[in-house]
Amino acid sequence: MDTFIEEFGAVWGGFLGTVSLTAVSGVLALILGTVLATMRVSPVGPLRTFGTLYVEVVRNTPLTLMFFFWVFVAPSIGLLFPSLGFWPAVTALTLYTSSFVCEALRSGVNSVGIGQAEAARSIGLTFGQSLSQVVLPQAWRTAIPPLISVLIALTKNTSVAAGFAYVELVTVQRTLMTSNPTDGLWIFFGIALMYLIITIPLGVLAGQVERKVAFAR
Amino acid sequence: MSAEASVLYDAPGPRAKRLDAILNVVFTAVFIAIAAWIIYAWYERGIFDDRWEVLWDPPKNQTAGDVWMSLARGVGNTLKAAAIAAPIALAIGATVAIVRRGARRRLVTGSSAVVTELARGLPVLMLMFLAKLFFGWSPLWSVVFGLVVYNAAVVAEILRAGLAALPKGQREAGLSIGLSMMRTTLLIELPQAVRIMLPALISQMVVLLKDTALGYIVAYDELLRVVKLNRDFFGDRYLIPLFLVGALTYILINVAVSRLAVWLEGRMRRSPGAAKKNDGGDPMPEGGAEAARYTANTGRGTGGVPGP
Repeated sequence: MDTFIEEFGAVWGGFLGTVSLTAVSGVLALILGTVLATMRVSPVGPLRTFGTLYVEVVRNTPLTLMFFFWVFVAPSIGLLFPSLGFWPAVTALTLYTSSFVCEALRSGVNSVGIGQAEAARSIGLTFGQSLSQVVLPQAWRTAIPPLISVLIALTKNTSVAAGFAYVELVTVQRTLMTSNPTDGLWIFFGIALMYLIITIPLGVLAGQVERKVAFAR
Repeated sequence: MSAEASVLYDAPGPRAKRLDAILNVVFTAVFIAIAAWIIYAWYERGIFDDRWEVLWDPPKNQTAGDVWMSLARGVGNTLKAAAIAAPIALAIGATVAIVRRGARRRLVTGSSAVVTELARGLPVLMLMFLAKLFFGWSPLWSVVFGLVVYNAAVVAEILRAGLAALPKGQREAGLSIGLSMMRTTLLIELPQAVRIMLPALISQMVVLLKDTALGYIVAYDELLRVVKLNRDFFGDRYLIPLFLVGALTYILINVAVSRLAVWLEGRMRRSPGAAKKNDGGDPMPEGGAEAARYTANTGRGTGGVPGP
């Protein structure tokens, strides 16, 4: 207990590390995931093939392997980051998470009944109008709860960066537990609390959004 | 453009078909160009030189057998951790789900809910470090501990959703023929819940298998770590071939298990007698909706596809 309070500066540093990693890679993953989802639902064959291949491979790759690639393998094929730590972690997390974002968005689009689009077209809406007025508003409702669970998973996944020279909560947990073995349980629950500070609001938000957008199909 | 109807696009007319054909050619050309450029860039950097010999004629007086044996040991360790953790996680998860189903005291249900939420909400790596640094366990058992705690919580949630999805009549029928509460749950409800949730359970096992790679960070000699050790021994030059073997092994194993889940799901759908004709009318009236909601909210249970 004492260690956790005394070393709160270090814990706070780790917390900021986790938050910044989650925020930056979360935003980038949402953008990349949207691009991938657009590819996967587009009428152009090669784009669909690329999107499908990407999602299949990335989803079956362990995240640790992804980190390993960007930290150890990428430099030897000429992809060098200016510094170790933050940017390789962001790259790995973004590429990994974007495939799950893509699937959440795609399932949202696929959940819209085909009659909706046919009705929109039959009253004379253009492609853009039917997309923005009819299809996407409904797709969002289905896509948002799984998107939030993807973001919660991302928050937990940032912990893998602890193994690859980045200071975040689990890195701090490891240092503190090694230097104060007797205080281990308190440190564990303290760090756990810091994670819950991020994930619980997201979970509550997910529940509220879900209730708000619930509608009969 | 495939023949199936899409919610986004109308059936293509002659102009759209022409455009599609042109875009097809253009994008295929772009992708081939990018791939060729990447391979050429690698060639320029000398990726395709004699470093690949590490796979059949390694330096430093080692034989190819040594390299492949060490990689095989890594795969073995990966599978061993998963094989120990999976049954324990399933057993504990099922126990928690049954206890939560049967318990009438607020204290029991409340505390088990808090514990499952906590175990689900923490990074697996944190749990592994707890076992390694605080309990002082060996790397293998630290990995197993982390995997078991997290996955047992998820399995408990999956089975709880499955149990909640069953029609009420199942429980009432069990109780009315004189079975105790426990036996009703064990003999009547659980087998059906497992059956509905089997795809979700298998995809969770794929996640478990994927998460064994975290063992790399807690110094467990699984596949990724063996790749790293080989690289440390032979030198950085030989990393790419070794990494490629490791990555392909991981991806192939995971894809194989995912395919198994998809196949199983398809087989269950076709098989007669499964979750049908229970209360008359629709098969699993509330059940289907609940399972679908669960799938939609968690992204799990979509044919054994691993989650994040």
